[in-house]
Amino acid sequence: MSVAGINVLVDETRAIQAGGKPPLLSVRGVSTYYGSVAALKGVDLDVGEGEIVTLIGANGAGKSTLMMTVFGAPRARDGSITYEGRDITRLPTHAIARLGIAQSPEGRRVFPRMTVFENLQMGASLHGERHFAEDLEKVCALFPRVKERLHQRAGTMSGGEQQMLAIARALMSRPKLLLLDEPSLGLAPLVVKGIFDAIRRLNREDGMTIFLVEQNAYHALKLAHRGYVLVNGRITMSGTGRQLLDDPAVKAAYLEGGGHGAAPGGAHG
Amino acid sequence: MARTASDAMPAAALPGTAAPAGALGGILRDAALYALVAFGLCVPLVAYRTDPGPEGLVLVPRWGLVAILCGAIFVLRLLQRLLLLRRDARRALTASPAQATEAVAGEPDAGQKTSKVGLKVFVAVALTLPVLATLATGDLASSRYWIDLGILILTYVMLGWGLNIVVGLAGLLDLGYVAFYAVGAYSYALLATTFGLSFWICLPLAGLFAGLWGMLLGFPVLRLRGDYLAIVTLAFGEIIRLVLINWTDVTGGAAGVSSIPRATFFGIPFTADEDGFAAKLGIEFNTMHRVVFLYYLILVLALITNFVTMRLRRLPIGRAWEALREDEIACRSLGIDTTATKLTAFALGAAFGGFAGSFFAVRQGFISPESFTFLESAIILAIVVLGGMGSQFGVAIAAVAMVGGPELLRNLGFLSAVFGEGFDPSEYRLLLFGLAMVAMMVWRPRGLISVRMPSVSLGERRAISGAHVSEGHG
Repeated sequence: MSVAGINVLVDETRAIQAGGKPPLLSVRGVSTYYGSVAALKGVDLDVGEGEIVTLIGANGAGKSTLMMTVFGAPRARDGSITYEGRDITRLPTHAIARLGIAQSPEGRRVFPRMTVFENLQMGASLHGERHFAEDLEKVCALFPRVKERLHQRAGTMSGGEQQMLAIARALMSRPKLLLLDEPSLGLAPLVVKGIFDAIRRLNREDGMTIFLVEQNAYHALKLAHRGYVLVNGRITMSGTGRQLLDDPAVKAAYLEGGGHGAAPGGAHG
Repeated sequence: MARTASDAMPAAALPGTAAPAGALGGILRDAALYALVAFGLCVPLVAYRTDPGPEGLVLVPRWGLVAILCGAIFVLRLLQRLLLLRRDARRALTASPAQATEAVAGEPDAGQKTSKVGLKVFVAVALTLPVLATLATGDLASSRYWIDLGILILTYVMLGWGLNIVVGLAGLLDLGYVAFYAVGAYSYALLATTFGLSFWICLPLAGLFAGLWGMLLGFPVLRLRGDYLAIVTLAFGEIIRLVLINWTDVTGGAAGVSSIPRATFFGIPFTADEDGFAAKLGIEFNTMHRVVFLYYLILVLALITNFVTMRLRRLPIGRAWEALREDEIACRSLGIDTTATKLTAFALGAAFGGFAGSFFAVRQGFISPESFTFLESAIILAIVVLGGMGSQFGVAIAAVAMVGGPELLRNLGFLSAVFGEGFDPSEYRLLLFGLAMVAMMVWRPRGLISVRMPSVSLGERRAISGAHVSEGHG
């Protein structure tokens, strides 16, 4: 196993650039503040086309902040975020969404008093009716539960169903890059497995690029091609999913100890 | 995978049936507490009456009345709690009121069905009101009271529907809606008296100006949410009124604008001379023609408001408004420009307020800032809230109750037989208003919640999902 750490990250970035194909999403030196408190302190991260990349970390490490920063709310104070070679750091959230990035936000945030169907219509609001029926069929095939509940109010569904709806809603905009913020949050293991299977299918069959923020490190790393570890607003490690899974520090902090162990990366630099 | 969820849900609903058993003592205590609070309130308010005596004021004790009131409140609270026992138990099981708890909406529920029938009856009565009133009272002239009342109610129905776009659909709490009503009224009044423009030219202009003002207000304040937005709109309503009072050169100040030209039948005036409406039609002149015409005018304006709202609701923009009310952050991440969406809701609501305002001016023939106080905003908002946020028919019913109710009080002469001579029911208007509000908040509180929804923080949402886990959801 190779040494996990900053060096790997740098090497990998170079490798991607050497391959001639720039990453789809590239985060460079991004710092985000809540007031005067820094939540992200110079984060570098790449998501290549067709990849599943996961970001793991403990509570309060800044995972969701990074995901929201990519979406422009809150805005990065320093650094740059590039998508398809275009600087999106200063774009408003809705303009970023229009570039083909979709998000299933933390806590699902479905529209509870609207029906599932209406929720999906909202997801497709960038394209209107153009290929609505076709996309609807597609997400229904991916999540049969959503299809069963099309005319039910979203707020009356279970947490797992709401999570599926949140992902389905994001897919309705035909994104190139799908951001998923803790899709396993508060869900039973069986439901989590179903959702992760769906994510894998999306990536394999449609070649969709997925950036996954997770606390459920084991599942996320097993699923992902590459992963990053975020500790206190800094990326401390990166590598392939397999490498990180086998890394003793990651194991201690996120896989066995349940996240209350010492932060990894401190020893690795 | 999620099959486990549906299996778990009926199990979670079971404890609801067992809950009421040991609750009676608590309910009695609760009712006693209410009676105590009522007593505390009654001591300064009811216990003594001051009557002018031969040597200054005389205090007349009324402890019997206090006892009756406290007793009534005790009994009412007791009944209320007993009746609501089941619902309270059910509600205690629900994770959060923000989670929709109503039944699956696969097909229209009972409420929606009755409102469909009710809507038809309502429209039928509204369309034929002048005829009905004439038949009931004997002749056209004596039906004036009813038609005037109809005009008043329909004006508030229209205002309610206009505000419903902003509050009910988009979830933006607007406490200064009367400002747009005022802009519309003054637009017509000033354009007509200064430039001699006719009502039919001014009507769209008034809506346009009001909509423009809506946007002007919207741009700086729409980043605010919930309570903050409400305060700014409240201030805006007052600012407009104060400007109208103090900008004497243009608005006539507190004296208002008088001798505003009357409405014409698309250019034909309602006068007794040869060019008049009656002469052209070859019928006998009657001042009621104008009143009936005004009635149908406001009816058409109100129906247009309703039609536009219903249409927009089915279009993406209407859906976006509702989604915005539910979750602003989710909306933005779906690529919806929330600022533009809010602005359209605000401007459209304001425009309808402006239409109603110009109608108000043409009907009254005289306007002054006094007609555009905060109380008006409050009444319109109350109509929307009482009617049930976002429900068109509910708003119409609420307008009838809120505007027609006080009129009804005038005719309750028999009450003075019960409460003694000199009892004027219409003096209790605001009290009943308050009672109706409290009753609504007790029985149909969902309306208000939708306004507060967007201010729910991320932390609480986590709590909801956590609660679901413990209940076996997911």
